[in-house]
Parts: sequence; structure tokens; C-alpha cells
Amino acid sequence: MFQKWKDRIDVTDIVMWLIGLTLLSLVLWGSISTLRAGLYTGRHWVDFLIFGLAQGSIYALIATGYTMVYGVLKMINFAHGEVFMSGPFTAYFVAIALWQSDFLDNYPIIGLMIIFLSSMAVSTTIAYFLEKIAYRPLRGAPRLIPLITAIGASFFLQYLFLGLYGSGIQAYPDMEILTGFWMVAGVRILRIQVVVIIASVLLMVALYSFIMLTRVGKAIRAVSEDKEAAALMGISVDGMISTTFVIGGMAAGAAGVLYALMYKQVYFFMGFIPGLKAFTAAVLGGIGNIPGAMLGGLFLGLIESVGPSLFLDGLGIVAPYQLKDAIAFTMLVMVLIFRPTGIMGERLSAKKA
Amino acid sequence: MAMLEVQNVHAYYGKIHALKNVSLKIEKGEIVTLIGGNGAGKSTTLRTISGLLKPREGAILLNGENLADYKAHQIVTKGITQVPEGRRIFGQLTVTENLDMGAFICRDKKLIAENVERIFEMFPRLNERRKQVAGTLSGGEQQMLAMGRALMSNPEILLLDEPSMGLAPVLVDAVFETIQKLHAAGTTILLVEQNARMALQVASRGYVIQTGEVVLHDVADSLLNNDMVRKSYMGEN
Ligand SMILES: Nc1ncnc2c1ncn2[C@@H]1O[C@H](COP(=O)(O)OP(=O)(O)OP(=O)(O)O)[C@@H](O)[C@H]1O
Ligand SMILES: [Mg+2]
Repeated sequence: MFQKWKDRIDVTDIVMWLIGLTLLSLVLWGSISTLRAGLYTGRHWVDFLIFGLAQGSIYALIATGYTMVYGVLKMINFAHGEVFMSGPFTAYFVAIALWQSDFLDNYPIIGLMIIFLSSMAVSTTIAYFLEKIAYRPLRGAPRLIPLITAIGASFFLQYLFLGLYGSGIQAYPDMEILTGFWMVAGVRILRIQVVVIIASVLLMVALYSFIMLTRVGKAIRAVSEDKEAAALMGISVDGMISTTFVIGGMAAGAAGVLYALMYKQVYFFMGFIPGLKAFTAAVLGGIGNIPGAMLGGLFLGLIESVGPSLFLDGLGIVAPYQLKDAIAFTMLVMVLIFRPTGIMGERLSAKKA
Repeated sequence: MAMLEVQNVHAYYGKIHALKNVSLKIEKGEIVTLIGGNGAGKSTTLRTISGLLKPREGAILLNGENLADYKAHQIVTKGITQVPEGRRIFGQLTVTENLDMGAFICRDKKLIAENVERIFEMFPRLNERRKQVAGTLSGGEQQMLAMGRALMSNPEILLLDEPSMGLAPVLVDAVFETIQKLHAAGTTILLVEQNARMALQVASRGYVIQTGEVVLHDVADSLLNNDMVRKSYMGEN
């Protein structure tokens, strides 16, 4: 009995478990001391929660793009952060034009729609051509090759947009309907955060229904499982892969505008960190699994928003909020070590592939 | 003119020369069987007809038209559907969704609904499990689903790759019954089987393939009585 255990467990396992346990106890210890010290009131926690949900729903929208592309191509599209950047960065100029002509003040809803549509159109176009030009010729090549290409494409797109629009950090014009807050049961809730959450949830419901209920959505799932069998059913595998990039691009373009409205900044490098976070979210939820990516995004957003104050404040760390990225990526590493299939397991992608 | 004609086809997997000058003909309404041992090139022949693999030399003609420029998914719209070896159903999709995928080329909702009903009549077991995720079906049920899925496209020619593989004897009989029913309904069938005896009993003609080459072809009755066929493929001495 004991002999068997000894054979199966090696030193690295033990070290990993020790690291995991240490982190877990730090988190617990920190949380308990924070709560004991009573540094934050219920209002603060609600603030953190709602901000976390808003930020998380943006991650969730981007993460669907990673996870669906992984589903059909079994590859991580590391240029997806740039797909996310290209739309809102371009739509910034649309927003400014609408604002200068007073259109945005007179017709804010229509104005926002135009901004969203232009951002989605650009992100979608970039995603579509990215697949067609950079990835399609490498279909069937060893897995490392498209991965390196994706990183190259990511740089290419960053510098393309740097060249096109300059290196400055721009801000979307302020819109009255998105500023201020609502009072709900004595708690202040920022309007923009509510708008972000509602818009993201609507988009995610639409996306998920499309994948689950429509003919093309089912065909995308079929291609994710078995490309040859799908082709034998008359499904155009290339067509479905393109469609997947288009849907991912649309979600990323919409997420990009929400991000720009919430964080008030667009620039050529804006896709990098959110892209990595969304990738983390997709892995958390089990790469290839669409609801998993959505939940993973929300979860990551919440942890990033609540975590620094909850886990770190009580440990006496001076600027806990500066460490939110560290929390996110520590979580990525922990998931990769202890549960590589993600929280929800790998469901959409075929195990036999 | 034959309905489907494979003319002097050579096909390769990289450097492996998998089909060497393979020729065969199938007339409308016929059942033709292709028999051979493991690795002989039976699946490769079907894959080449379906366009998953393109011949390096030779041609595949459907009613005289060369299929060289059609991709695999377009060949389905031409009327050729394959039930691949090992079923390859979509395990994460439900039974009904699998059937929907079989009807992917068909845009007529009413026709699809009729086809689903027809297939549920043919395989009542599938009807009982229509909402079930296909990966959890038994092997026999999966084979029924694979056949049903292929029939959803109303194929004129059905390519069957070892439909009886891994099935209990009762189910093997059921599969062959289905094949005969489809034949009676006018479907042309190219049947690949390891179970040569049963295949030759339903087929009108047969081809024997060895290491990528067609070594023999004849009417089914003669093949059933051929010494070489009996020895090599029916386990007789
Ligand atoms: N994807 C592939 N890559 C390389 N070689 C292959 C591939 N598929 C088949 N082959 C080779 O081509 C030859 C023919 O294989 P094929 O699958 O057509 O045989 P088969 O007659 O269907 O055999 P079985 O009865 O075992 O299914 C074999 O030598 C096989 O090893
Ligand atoms: Mg085979």
C-alpha cells in the first residue's frame, strides 16, 4: 500500500502541493484578518462585487473567442487580444466624430449603437482575415507552428495599429447617460458598471443560444468534435472555422467598447493584459467549453476585484490593489498545475482529437 | 455509363502508396462490396471517393462528371454520403442534433422533419433516446445513429465502411436487414466489410483488394465459391 503511494508521488508533486497549501492558507489567513479588522463595510464589498462582475463580464466576452477557436482549431489564438483592441481603437474616431457633431449628445442611444457596430465590424474583419491569412495555410502543421504565428500576428497587429493611429492613450468622450450612479437600497451603483453587466449578459445569452440552437451553431460544435466526420455530413469545415472567428471577433469588438467606456482608455497595447486575463478565464473554465469561459471570466473579474482587499489587506500589504494581476496569474498557474482541464472540465472539445 | 466510377486511382498518405491503380464501377441501384484484410486500402478507397483524400493519379466520376475539383463537403451535395469506419458520431451532440447535422445540406425544414420521422421509424431505439447525448449510446445504437445520420441527406449512393464492426450477431443481422431495405428503396450502396460472407450474400458484385490493389472482381455468387476468397476472408481451409 505505502509502497504504491511512494512510487506514484515524486518530489515535484510534494513541492507543488506545499506551494498550493501555503497559498491557500495565506488567502484564508488574509481574509480572516481583513474581516476581523473590519477595514471595509458592507457597502465597500458591494462596490467590489459589482465592479468585479462588470470587469468579469468583459473578460467573459473575450474569453468566448479563445475558447471557441480552441474548440475548432485546438489552438490558442494569442492575437485575440489585438482583435479586441482593433475595434474600440478604431471606433474611438467614430465616437469623436459623433461627439463633435453633437450627434452623441442628441441621440446617445443611436450614437452608442453606431460606436458598437463599427467596433464589432472592425474586430470581426480583423479576426476573419487573421484566420484566413495567418492560420489557414498552417492547417495540419504541428501545433507549435500556428502558436508561434499567433504571437507574431499579435505583434504585427499591435504595430499596425500603432502606425495607423499613433501611440497616444485616447479616451472616449464622456456621455451623460453613462455617468453618475443609481441608488439601490442605499447603495450607490455606478451606471456604467450596470450597463456593462447587462450588455455583456445579453451578448453572452445571444452567443450561447446561437451555438446551441442554430444549424450553424451545431455545425460549429460538430466541427469542434470531428472535422472529417463533419465534412462527410456536407459541412464546410473552413466555413465553420471562419464563422467561429467572426463570432469571436464580434464578441471581442463589443467587449472592447464596454472596456473603453468603463476604463476610459484606448491605445494600441490595450489588448495585451485583458487578452491574457481572458485567456486565463478560458483556461479556468476549461478551454473549449463556452459556458466555462463565461463563468471563468466572471469568476476572475470577481477575484481580481474582491481579492486584493480581502486576501491581501489583512496580511499587511501596503498597496494590495497593485497586486490584482499577480492574483489573476497565480490562479492561472495553480489551475494549470492542479486542474489542467479547468473548473468545468473539457467538454466541448473532443477527447479523441 | 456506370453511376460511380473509380478509374485507375493512385492515392498516397505522404510517401505511403495506399491505392495502386484501383478501378471499380457501380451501377445505379446496385450493392457492390469491397472486401480485403486489415490495411488493404478499403477505407482509403472510400475516403478517396468522398474527397477526404485526393487521388494523385486517376479519376473518380459520378454520372460521368469528374469529382476532382470538389471538396469533401461538396461531394455530399452531389449525392454521395459515407458512414465512416468506427461510426464517428458527434458524441457531445444529442441524437436529434446528430441527425440535424446529417441533414446539413438540406434547407427544407419539412423534408428534414419527415426524414427524422422516417429514421425514427427505421430505428425506434433512437427515438426513445432522441434527447440523449450520443456519446452515451451503446455501440449498436451508435451504429444505428451513424446510418440514420447519413440517410438524412437522402443520398443516392451510400458508402458504408464496416457497418457491422464490433456488433453482436443479432445487431449484425439488423444492420444487414437495413442495408437490404435501403437497397429495396433504390439506394445504391458500396459496402466495405470484413464479414465477407454476409457482404457477398447481399451484394450483386464484389471487389477484392490486397495491399492497395484490386486483385479480383466478379459477381457475388462466384466470389462466394472462390477458393481464395473462402480461404482468406471467410476463415475456411
Ligand atoms: N492517415 C494515415 N496516414 C498514413 N497511413 C495511413 C493512414 N490511414 C491509412 N494508412 C495506411 O494506408 C493503408 C490502407 O489503410 P486503410 O485504412 O485504407 O485500410 P483498410 O483496408 O480500411 O483496413 P481495416 O480493415 O483495418 O480498416 C494501410 O497501410 C494504413 O497503414
Ligand atoms: Mg478500414
